[in-house]
Amino acid sequence: MIQVNQLSKKYNDTTVLNINNLEIPKGQSFGLVGNNGAGKTTFFSLLLDLIQPSTGNIKTNDIQVNTSENWKSFTGSFLDESFLIGYLTPEEYFYFIGDLRHQNKADIDALLAKHEEFFNGEILKNKKYLRDLSKGNQKKVGIIATLIGNPEVVILDEPFANLDPTTVSRLKKIIKELAEDPNVTVLVSSHDLQHTVEVCDRIVALNKGEIVKDIQTSKETLQELESFFAV
Amino acid sequence: MIKKFIFLEWKAFIRSASFGKNLAMKILLGFLMIYFSLIFVGMGVGAFYILKKMNLEPLYTVNRFMIYYFLLDLLVRLMLQSIPVLNIKPLLVLPFKKPTIVHFSLGKTALSFFNWIHALFFVPFSIVLIIEGYDIIGIIFWNLAMISFTYINNFLNIILSNIDKLFVGFLVFIVALGTAHYYQIFDITIFTAPFFQGLYEIPGLFLLAVLVLTGLYIFSFRFFKNNLYLDAGLSVKEDIAQTENFSWLNQFGTVGTFLKNDIKLIKRNKRSKTTIFMSFLFLFYGLLFFSGGIEAYDKPVMHLLAGIFVSGGFLFVFGQFVPSWDSSYYQLMMTQNIPYRGYIMAKWWMIVIATVVSTILASFYLYFGWQIYLTIVVAAIYNIGVNSHLVLLGGAFTKTPIDLTNAGGAFGDKKAFNVTAMLLTLPKMLLPLLLYGIGIYFENKNLGLLLVAGTGILGFIFKDKVFTLIEKRYKIEKYSTISAYKQKN
Repeated sequence: MIQVNQLSKKYNDTTVLNINNLEIPKGQSFGLVGNNGAGKTTFFSLLLDLIQPSTGNIKTNDIQVNTSENWKSFTGSFLDESFLIGYLTPEEYFYFIGDLRHQNKADIDALLAKHEEFFNGEILKNKKYLRDLSKGNQKKVGIIATLIGNPEVVILDEPFANLDPTTVSRLKKIIKELAEDPNVTVLVSSHDLQHTVEVCDRIVALNKGEIVKDIQTSKETLQELESFFAV
Repeated sequence: MIKKFIFLEWKAFIRSASFGKNLAMKILLGFLMIYFSLIFVGMGVGAFYILKKMNLEPLYTVNRFMIYYFLLDLLVRLMLQSIPVLNIKPLLVLPFKKPTIVHFSLGKTALSFFNWIHALFFVPFSIVLIIEGYDIIGIIFWNLAMISFTYINNFLNIILSNIDKLFVGFLVFIVALGTAHYYQIFDITIFTAPFFQGLYEIPGLFLLAVLVLTGLYIFSFRFFKNNLYLDAGLSVKEDIAQTENFSWLNQFGTVGTFLKNDIKLIKRNKRSKTTIFMSFLFLFYGLLFFSGGIEAYDKPVMHLLAGIFVSGGFLFVFGQFVPSWDSSYYQLMMTQNIPYRGYIMAKWWMIVIATVVSTILASFYLYFGWQIYLTIVVAAIYNIGVNSHLVLLGGAFTKTPIDLTNAGGAFGDKKAFNVTAMLLTLPKMLLPLLLYGIGIYFENKNLGLLLVAGTGILGFIFKDKVFTLIEKRYKIEKYSTISAYKQKN
């Protein structure tokens, strides 16, 4: 589904990301772990054509992301709060994204009803604009919005950060459900090794922009990763 | 302790985004500052002689209108002068004493541009008065009173700024006063002029103003000190949100989706609301030109310029900042399934609708004759056909993120000046004036109007071609725009 070729990103002389070759097959749930500055967000930004690669390219579904925009119709993503429109209510935001993804109001309402538990009564019909929601609640909105229009690729940057324990476990359930769908490729980045291991089939660890580990998740994965990051 | 504060302020000043890196912009800003300062100083020096020439007693005349001066000043402050509250937060948990923090924050507002600009008028005016033989002591007292009033406004603004509806009420009040005065129904200056004059004539009266100022300072100090908590004075007010669907816009497809969003954007943010207010003011800008009040303005070519401003107020104050209005969520826009064309087209429609509405509202200019109104209509056609494209094209180069919640900076964001955007403003004004000038040269006003309107219609006809060009430009600038919008403040 996603192919990375000779990809690198340099700022002045500092290389922040350098991936020679990476292939993520369709339907995989892919976890990206690493310390701060490892290049996780840079990789996702490149994948979403928000920054330009210094060399190489990324293809999703055989579409090169920085030359064609056709990948947008099947990709849902949430990187940070700058993906939210502060002056809208959550409902308006969902409908807005729905309009852009050619979903009608009923589709959106169905999706929202399905995730009512995840929202925990704190999002819908609360007479609040997104800008006035707490960080955690903003995140809930952003995550569910990525699911609008049944995208084939879902990209979530640090989805577990800022969420309360109950919501984290509910989110894991949602991601696992997505992962089970053979048509959906999920990409998740996180600092939290345990959460990532739990929801992903495959884990790639980045360090200073380079891939340092690439493992299929098994019982030993968590231990292996923990010993790798423990210094 | 104060030294530490000053150190922080200095850093905040030199590192602020508006301080910028661009030398050309700095020079331009410098010129603007000098320009406005000179206007005020010139007014201060000139007022005396002009009034004298009009056979009016200068000081008394100034005193007579002083009530309006200060009321308008308060109005401008309510709209533009922001209160530095946010910077206080990180200081709360550090070992600073609360009174020191409050004193410093209040003291900081005293140095604001909105205060010292008045000194540029009052001081030269007073010097001229003294040279012309007015009583020195009286003038000094008068001056002290004026400075006190300036600061009274400063603190009034701080106390009142939390009340939202106040601004509109205040505006209505001032307009009502002015109108009543003009039609000689009720003249407030009859009551206030003797007081202001008394500040000069009666020694010691100025102490009243100083006393009020002191009282106000103590009040603001207490007010702030008692509210120096995150959930009180430092809280950001949350609006009660209401979901609106505007489902009637659905019939316009993608453009409708964006229009819905833009309407909400304008309705729900302070900064954009100010924009609407500003474009409303532009509507009356033409009065300066058409009423014949200012001789230099009462020329046909100037009339066309006025027409462009009258019908294009929204175009200039809103359109100029497309796509910066969406800066805070630009990354979202870039990852959604959005045709660029639809996005730009929606903005274009906003501008066109606003221009048409302005033109209809401007029909009161028919009072000055149909030729005047025709000029405005022609200017509107030019605005729709040519200028609307130019502002959108200029937008591709405007990479100033807009903080929607902040009302300040509506008079042209300082950082938004860049050479390309500046160059694009030239054809907005000069080309139509030139075309019109050609008509005048052949001593045929209507030929001029025809040329301008024709250009506008031509622009309209080639709309699709122009949009392709604009779209391309936006795509080229995409990455640098994203990275510029990420740098908030």
